[in-house]
Amino acid sequence: MSDETHEAVHRHEAPTSFIRKYIFSLDHKVIGIQYIILALVAVIVGMTMSLLMRMNLSWPGTNWPILATLFPGGAPGGVINPEFYLSLVTMHGTIMVFFVLTTAPQGGFGNYFLPIQIGAEDMAFPVLNMLSFWVTFVGFIVILSAIFFSGSASTIGPIGGWTGYAPLSALGQIAGPGQGMGMNLWIISIAIFCVGSLLGALNFITTLLNMRTRGMSLMRMPLTCWAWFTTAVLALLSFPVLLGGGILLLLDRVAGTSFFIPGGLYVSGILSGTTPSFPIHTGGSPILWQHLFWFFGHPEVYIAILPGMGATSHILSTFARKPVFGYRAMVFAIFAIGLLGFFVWGHHMFISGMSPYSAMTFSILTLSIGVPSAVKTFNWLGTLWGARIRFTTPMLFALGFVSLFVAGGITGLVLGQTSLDLPMHDTYFVLAHFHLVMGVASIFGMFAATYFWFPKMFGRFMNDTLGRIHFWITFVGVYCIFVPMHVMGLVGMPRRYAQFTEYTFLSRLHPLVVFVSIVAIITVLTQFLFYFNLIWSIFKGKKAGANPWDATTLEWTTASPPPHDNFAGVLPVVYRGPYEFAVPGAPNDFVMQTEPETEAERVGGNGHNGHRH
Amino acid sequence: MGRALALIIWILTLGSVSLFFVKQWWFPTAISSHAAALDRQFLITIIVVGISFTAAQAGLGYMVWKYRERPANDRAVYTHGSNRLEVIWTIVTAVIFIGLAVMGQSVWASLHFTKAPAGSFQVEVVAQQFQWNFHYAGHDGVFGRTDPSLIDDSALNFIGLDETDPNAKDDQTHSVIAVPVNRPVELILRSKDVIHNFWVPQLRFKQDLVPGMAIRVHFTANQTGKFELACAELCGQLHFKMKSYMLVLPEAEHQALMALPQDQFQSRITELLAKYPLPTY
Amino acid sequence: MATTVTGTKPLIKSGFGGGPKGRRPNGNGSPKRNGHRDAFFDARSAANRYRIGMWVAMASILMLFTGLSSAYIVRAASANDWQALRMPRILLLSTALIIVSSITLELARRKLKSGEQGAHKSLLVLTTLLGLGFLGSQLFAWKELARQGIYISSNPHSSFFYLLTATHGLHLLGGLAGLGFLTLRSRLKANDELAAVKRQAQTDAVSLYWHFMDVLWIYLFFLLFFWRQV
Repeated sequence: MSDETHEAVHRHEAPTSFIRKYIFSLDHKVIGIQYIILALVAVIVGMTMSLLMRMNLSWPGTNWPILATLFPGGAPGGVINPEFYLSLVTMHGTIMVFFVLTTAPQGGFGNYFLPIQIGAEDMAFPVLNMLSFWVTFVGFIVILSAIFFSGSASTIGPIGGWTGYAPLSALGQIAGPGQGMGMNLWIISIAIFCVGSLLGALNFITTLLNMRTRGMSLMRMPLTCWAWFTTAVLALLSFPVLLGGGILLLLDRVAGTSFFIPGGLYVSGILSGTTPSFPIHTGGSPILWQHLFWFFGHPEVYIAILPGMGATSHILSTFARKPVFGYRAMVFAIFAIGLLGFFVWGHHMFISGMSPYSAMTFSILTLSIGVPSAVKTFNWLGTLWGARIRFTTPMLFALGFVSLFVAGGITGLVLGQTSLDLPMHDTYFVLAHFHLVMGVASIFGMFAATYFWFPKMFGRFMNDTLGRIHFWITFVGVYCIFVPMHVMGLVGMPRRYAQFTEYTFLSRLHPLVVFVSIVAIITVLTQFLFYFNLIWSIFKGKKAGANPWDATTLEWTTASPPPHDNFAGVLPVVYRGPYEFAVPGAPNDFVMQTEPETEAERVGGNGHNGHRH
Repeated sequence: MGRALALIIWILTLGSVSLFFVKQWWFPTAISSHAAALDRQFLITIIVVGISFTAAQAGLGYMVWKYRERPANDRAVYTHGSNRLEVIWTIVTAVIFIGLAVMGQSVWASLHFTKAPAGSFQVEVVAQQFQWNFHYAGHDGVFGRTDPSLIDDSALNFIGLDETDPNAKDDQTHSVIAVPVNRPVELILRSKDVIHNFWVPQLRFKQDLVPGMAIRVHFTANQTGKFELACAELCGQLHFKMKSYMLVLPEAEHQALMALPQDQFQSRITELLAKYPLPTY
Repeated sequence: MATTVTGTKPLIKSGFGGGPKGRRPNGNGSPKRNGHRDAFFDARSAANRYRIGMWVAMASILMLFTGLSSAYIVRAASANDWQALRMPRILLLSTALIIVSSITLELARRKLKSGEQGAHKSLLVLTTLLGLGFLGSQLFAWKELARQGIYISSNPHSSFFYLLTATHGLHLLGGLAGLGFLTLRSRLKANDELAAVKRQAQTDAVSLYWHFMDVLWIYLFFLLFFWRQV
């Protein structure tokens, strides 16, 4: 260990064996791609589940022979049964929230581009980085195994929704199908995921604080870096609480404790304490689980969307050929959203029986969080004002993000109010709200990021025509899927119902339900265009140079794809802000961050620029 | 491309707004006294939401249309923003959003910060997987003692009513809730196993039934009739089938019902369920 | 300060809504770091990341225990089934051991700074032994309770006692791993300034963590046995 410089040099030599290079790689770029692949696989699983759910809701009782073969327990005779439906709900939510919306934006693109954008040769702790991916991967295997090894023939996975409310999730097998081993695996998977995310967050924060290159002051970082940094802080502070809650829940299930299980329960014909299979429980608090869960759960929403916001700001500015409007305001807004995000968890619990006085406080804080969100929207519009917009595929998705973020976010004004939550809670209105803003908008941010950075990652463009078809169908599709869900919520359609046939007041919604399902099928099928484009373009895409989009930030100063140590041994030096487009007097319409200041800038301009070597 | 995108954004905006505007699918007509204020608050909010949504999307479409890159044009406007604009839009949105939050509290306060008025009709609600049980105090107005260890499903004693308690003699239980019209009703919500949620869409409120807690809520129904009652918190396999009815009866009919002993009470409720039709939607 | 003007403005502007101010290039926000490719500064920066990383990790662990503590407080207040445990006396020994171990580790850290390799190494070994002693003493407390028939599911207080001591113990094992790593390293010579800087940073990080575990235990000890329950 004696010679540091040797060690440092050694670390930046590219590994040669296949395993060290592509499997247990320490290179943040490879790890980033591994995260993206994980998300791409997980999202297929999640989407397939949502299609099965839609089929069950719109054509109840229909016999789908293939399902009888695939899931003899969940769809006997090809008809999806209620417990199968509910386990699909649970798995869809869990897989999408954890293994798609948390991995791709942060672990994937953040891992790949944060070090490059701040001019570092790797993450601060490469081994930890590798561990964080593989821990997450194990978590994914465990959650998949929950589908197949739930320990009961009649169900294929845990039933509890992604929120896993106790005591349903805490009682064990006695509470019905889906509460056996599958639920244990669900909790264990989430706990493993927490650990993986914490390792990642630790790495992101340290890297950003410690490894910025010369000249990369905080206020010169691209907004993407601010978003990833804030996301990492949110993950760092919220995942441990979920982990703690998960441990308590698991102990209630396997060790007979009573953290969340109150006394005197009478479940499935058995009184607590009268048989060994249902040990005595006393005094636990079901609402405690909700507090612990939502203390994590609300920041998680921002963990999913902030990287998308960062990517959108970045891409909008690049293709508007214009600096980001109100850079500082954007930074403050990201921070305000992150900070307020920790104090609004109670708005998920207005009807839970918690103190109505704290509900009022949560409500006011919740609507306050709309302010920085609106500020971001205004600044995006400001960025477009007076622009020269190039409608590339990534730009289309970034514009789609803005539209969908507004569409999904604005109904938070309804749901955040204590009284209006009374009829709206747990209806399709809520479903529409969070799918649009946390699901679809985040994914649009990631589509934009994929089309934008693909040339950097693989040295080739993605096919533009396919990209555009993908955009148009998906953009119209998601509006047609989720806007009707709002009015379903007004009528009163509850979430997590395996069927709506029982209730007369829901019957008039049936045409709408069928319409949504058909659009959903079309939209999901369209996504395979994206998958095809992705794979095809890696091998056959049009070649791209180092800076194909005429962009300004550091990732565009290095080769495509970047060398193992990102900058081929010479770290860049940064002289200016990240979005210097359309600078009057400059030879091109973009000035890269590494462009040294001109004599005129140094002498003239304003006092801030004075700088001597 | 820019013009196509602008058009699509505008069309989608128009479509979304009109879906709310035509009111083809809307709340069922309310039957509770607090609902008018709640519906008004919803209307105000949805108008603010609609205007902001339309303005933002229209603005986005306008930018996309107007500032698309055209051949051989000059560079974009070079600006890093405007302090004045940031301050203006921060203050304006803060006032509107927080104003809405404060306005929205009044209905909440009327439901949660006041006790049920004296003389309210009390019903104890005991939920279980996947069935509703309503416990009525009978004509003495006092609930008999209940204890989970006395629950006996085979004797149809789902709530664990202590038959030896003198107060329990006249108590009735049923899976249907029957309440009087225009008289405050107080529900005492309990659960035997997992969390459930009491929800009649026409009443415009939901409340969880949390095991280990007895949560009190109160409302006044102002229309007679039969309404569907649903569970709105995932409670297990047959959550979607945890259905019952709420009967809102004229005072006299209700009083007569409550004076009946358990067996006649059962058959009378069956008659009443047949007598009152569901609202037409 | 309206800056939405086109044309002949200076290249970089400032102001609230304005873009990033031009500033002296200074990586890590430190104006001193001028010798950018200078190996020494690289190493110092690389060494710094151990300290930064440790602070960040501690924030996260703190949140875990904050979550569990709030569960403890809520649970204690939520029902009347709480039966306070009698404190196993051996916990006083645990507490003494971990406090002393913190002191010895601090001494070890200082010895390294002043270049006394031998003393550094033996103090590290002593600290490791004290840490193992702490864990042993905690296990003994568990056995003591088990002998009284008090297990994790017996009552909420015992549930939390086992849970909190186990969680703290697991984290302490991480600290022991760190101490083991330092002890192994202390056998090797740091033959240049860069290696010394790095080793100092690693020692700082481990001792930071160890002190944190120490304070955390004292906090848990008070929460479990001296915090007034309902």
